[in-house]
Amino acid sequence: MENRSLVTIAEHSKEKIMYLLEMAREFEKKPNRHLLAEKVVATLFFEPSTRTRLSFETAANRLGARVIGFTDPKVTSSSKGETLKDTIMMVSNYADIIVMRHYLEGAARYASEVAPVPIVNAGDGANQHPSQTMLDLYSIYKTQGTLENLNIYMVGDLKYGRTVHSLLMAMRHFNPTFHFIAPDELKMPDEYKLYCQKHHIKYVEHTDFTEETIADADILYMTRVQRERFTDLMEYERVKDVYILNNKMLEHTRPNLKILHPLPRVNEITYDVDDNPKAYYFQQAKNGLYARQAILCDVLGITLDEVKADTEK
Amino acid sequence: MSEKKELQVAALKNGTVIDHIPSNKLFTVVSLLGLQDEDANITIGNNFESKKLGKKGIIKIADRFFTEEEISRLSVVASKIKLNIIRDYEVVEKKEVEMPDELRGIVKCNNPKCISNNEPMQTWFHVIDKEKGLLKCHYCEKEQQKDNIKLL
Ligand SMILES: [Zn+2]
Repeated sequence: MENRSLVTIAEHSKEKIMYLLEMAREFEKKPNRHLLAEKVVATLFFEPSTRTRLSFETAANRLGARVIGFTDPKVTSSSKGETLKDTIMMVSNYADIIVMRHYLEGAARYASEVAPVPIVNAGDGANQHPSQTMLDLYSIYKTQGTLENLNIYMVGDLKYGRTVHSLLMAMRHFNPTFHFIAPDELKMPDEYKLYCQKHHIKYVEHTDFTEETIADADILYMTRVQRERFTDLMEYERVKDVYILNNKMLEHTRPNLKILHPLPRVNEITYDVDDNPKAYYFQQAKNGLYARQAILCDVLGITLDEVKADTEK
Repeated sequence: MSEKKELQVAALKNGTVIDHIPSNKLFTVVSLLGLQDEDANITIGNNFESKKLGKKGIIKIADRFFTEEEISRLSVVASKIKLNIIRDYEVVEKKEVEMPDELRGIVKCNNPKCISNNEPMQTWFHVIDKEKGLLKCHYCEKEQQKDNIKLL
């Protein structure tokens, strides 16, 4: 059987991405279905991530599946030295699909090679987090009506921010112009700038974050500057308050601008922004549900036509 | 053939001469090929003068011929290595070491947070650029330079 696992969306074609977004849109129209009524979904969280787990489990529940799994690695045998392979093989006996989050990079790829059932990567260390990328794409698509020719501004921690790297790669099909706004210490790594050059993606780098800088933005993608990324805490103190978005800065921005953030936020978006219609981060998180419903169905071999037929019912 | 070369390759009836090994990599080649466990007649020479390398090592192994897989392992150490296949005192074939498209179970990933360093499994690298010796881990997707990478 063809391995339908979702490890990364870097390999997905433009057609495949649009297909999944189309499917997510069907789920937004009607989230409650019985498409997975006979299925058992396992969620294995070797590293806790409450947000991602709740989103996947809600997606599974709204599709009528039953959910098993664990979230605390301390109660499972992996802390007693059981290999990942053994855990995956054991759970494969019970579940039709495994959604897994792991602190080690490449864990989902390896699991997809040993497991007899499909794997959905819900984050592997600093490497990939494809369902986050899908919900980001869906949010952009939904609010802008297209993914083509957009000005996308990425702000904050562009060095370690896994979500901005994945989004950057997934957008390569859609002729974007990127603006990277970050302090020198956290700027976009050369690897991704080379990637842009190779794929003829336009980008501009900025160190200042002002009203003028963001005047032409269609999407403002804010990220959290995480304390645990710094070995030098003095450096953290110096940059943590530099890239903060407040409501005043949005006054002369484009009317179609939407502000995204992978959440949780700390202080990089002030609370007065929340009531601005350009703030989109809470709806963005909700879109994660539809994106994950599409992912679960696609990985289990349910087609867009079947989903559409079900919408009509 | 010059006198010197004749002397270096002499007296091998059947087997393989591994030539142009960088002197500092000689013993790595020995262990990569597992020659320390061979019963065959082996002659190892090192620090010979070489126009290309400055100093080079040579290994002569009687009655032993290497598979393509074994030869491709050597590419991780040095790409200039040459093998002469000897049959009945004649060089019947010359092989150059070439970097394969992928390396499985030969080198170790540099990323301590890579699954391949934490699970009993085979490592797997894709060779991105043969000239530059750029490898990409199949699992953690980190690109790394072959010179900075450890052999398993
Ligand atoms: Zn690796």
